[in-house]
Amino acid sequence: MSESEKSLLKVEHLKQYFPVQNGFKKTYLKAVDDISFAIKPGETLGLVGESGCGKTTVGRTLLRLYEPTGGKITFDGEVLFDSGEQYDENGHLILGADGKPVIGNKVNKNMLPYRKEMQMVFQDPYSSLDPRMTVEDIIGEPLDVHKLYKNKAERREKILSLMELVGLNAEHAMRYAHEFSGGQRQRIGIARALAVNPKFIVCDEAVSALDVSIQAQVVNMFEELQEKLGVAYLFIAHDLLVVHHISDRIAVMYLGHMMEVAESDELNNNPIHPYTLSLLSAVPIPDPETARKSKRIILEGDVPSPLRMPTGCPFRTRCRYATEQCAAEMPPLTDRGNGHMVACWNK
Amino acid sequence: MQNNTSDLPKKNLLSAQVDLSKFNADDFRLATDDEKKQQDVMGESTTFFKDGMRRLMKNPLAVGSLIVLFLIIAGIVIIPKVCPYTYSQIVTVNGTRDKRANNLAPFEYSKLETQYMQKSGEKLFPHILGTDSLGRDYFIRVVYGTRVSLSVGVVAAIMVLIIGLIYGSVAGYFGGTVDLVMMRIVDIIYSLPDMLIIILLSVVLNERITPYIEGTALAKLGANMISMFLVFGLLYWVSMARLIRGQILSIKNNEYVLAARCIGTSNVKILLRHIIPNCLSVIIITTALQVPSAIFTESYLSFLGLGVSAPLTSLGSLANSAREGLQSYPHRLIVPAVLICLIVLALNLLGDGLRDAFDSKLN
Repeated sequence: MSESEKSLLKVEHLKQYFPVQNGFKKTYLKAVDDISFAIKPGETLGLVGESGCGKTTVGRTLLRLYEPTGGKITFDGEVLFDSGEQYDENGHLILGADGKPVIGNKVNKNMLPYRKEMQMVFQDPYSSLDPRMTVEDIIGEPLDVHKLYKNKAERREKILSLMELVGLNAEHAMRYAHEFSGGQRQRIGIARALAVNPKFIVCDEAVSALDVSIQAQVVNMFEELQEKLGVAYLFIAHDLLVVHHISDRIAVMYLGHMMEVAESDELNNNPIHPYTLSLLSAVPIPDPETARKSKRIILEGDVPSPLRMPTGCPFRTRCRYATEQCAAEMPPLTDRGNGHMVACWNK
Repeated sequence: MQNNTSDLPKKNLLSAQVDLSKFNADDFRLATDDEKKQQDVMGESTTFFKDGMRRLMKNPLAVGSLIVLFLIIAGIVIIPKVCPYTYSQIVTVNGTRDKRANNLAPFEYSKLETQYMQKSGEKLFPHILGTDSLGRDYFIRVVYGTRVSLSVGVVAAIMVLIIGLIYGSVAGYFGGTVDLVMMRIVDIIYSLPDMLIIILLSVVLNERITPYIEGTALAKLGANMISMFLVFGLLYWVSMARLIRGQILSIKNNEYVLAARCIGTSNVKILLRHIIPNCLSVIIITTALQVPSAIFTESYLSFLGLGVSAPLTSLGSLANSAREGLQSYPHRLIVPAVLICLIVLALNLLGDGLRDAFDSKLN
């Protein structure tokens, strides 16, 4: 277990179900279903998948903005949340004699002290900043909440140095968010996340709303900040090129399940899961000559509704390798060497 | 430096392509820091409030209403200090009550007053609107009536605002079962017939309140007035609470609220710092529109005889008592009625103006 001791954040069997009223029946939308991963200090884990596959929910759930339905979240050696279910070595839920899961110790810690360690940068730079607050107040809010300054002068000094850190003109501290461009606003959001000096930041599609040239600036800034401050990122995005550029490892999600996790280059050069293959083939190639020659794997059908999840592997309805075994049981994530984990029966 | 592209040397007369060979190195100087600064001129930094006020001042109807309201408020503050008559006393000439000064026409003096003026040579303050059937100066009664009506409107609006804001924000922010229970209570209150409840409550409360307010400053207002405030407080907050709940439901889903929770801000602070300031425009507007509706209700409660107690008066009760002499003294009905219309119209137009100026969705 030396691997897990080194990790900064460890998520095991995380589940997030949202109740949905379906007529008189109450069903659950399984936004995240049994996801496990770990992030080391100073590492970037990219999380990719198509829209609606639960990437954002993973980020928000592990920051406990949503109350998790089940699973265990460990941060920096401390268990923040544990629903108490126990799992055997193969990842199967241990059931008691009565057919119900055995419930062990439940943990549900007050998150306030950990908010200082874990922060988030939001997707939409336009709605993630309060329009009634000046930049100074937006960046100063985390400082106020965690009482990170002794007097007004120190607060101001900290805010100005944060603004400088993310490349904003300190003269603009008294301006309102609507007076800035999208890229500048995202920098304000990043400065707010950095204000408490966190060890871990969830970047929830942090560059998706920006145009390409600004994306590059912001992504480079994320990298510089990582070098300077040693923060770890969970970088959620649907743009594979950006994720490949910034991430040390990449995880691929489909319909709330983890399909493949591997080192960034390994995943790019040697994808195993059929879903990852088709995802990678959809990456636009800047050179038209190569693009014409390359073969796109076009998936058939649509993403099934998360309310009517297929049995077993969620991808089997669109997978050309699907067999009966896929319908029967969800394949576990197995190591294919070098930490390349794949959840597929046939590949 | 050439700014207009049509002046630039072209490769061909009809071409849009610029002939670069005709330029020299001087034309491609880098911009100096000064020139660069000129480029990043941003809009003047304005606060939400300043911006809204600027837009409000551009609206002639709203400015007109503001002026009318200002004049009315100035009038009801200043006139009682200047005018020698009081709302509750019969016109008095030289220390004796002039019992024959009743039902005077506007600007008419009674016999006693004319005699006094001839004797002493000094001029008496005119009865601008004449006197009523008891010989009280009608103008000052209208001024006091306006005072009462306006203060009923403002106090009722503030009560509605406070109750509705607290109730609505708790229901909206916490949601779920809390919201469900709180909003069902609102539904129940909403489904009661307003007028019936107001009339019943004012009758019942009247008797209950009287012993409690004996000898206090409230006694002057009269039990009717107090019960009216209570009725407003009890009934009219529901629409405000619904409105604010709706606003908060939509605002709390914004990412900046999630960001505040992610920072660790407490629920109360999120409500006070992020959510309520962002629905402030709706709150201001609804409160402004609540004033005329309260004045209206007060007027017609007074008209039904459930308003303020004599000798204090309000615009509604003035109109009510003017009914008796409608044929002979129509001005006694017209003046308070026109004043009610003016106040209600001005406040409604001001409310509309405020909505246009502050509601960011319309901008």
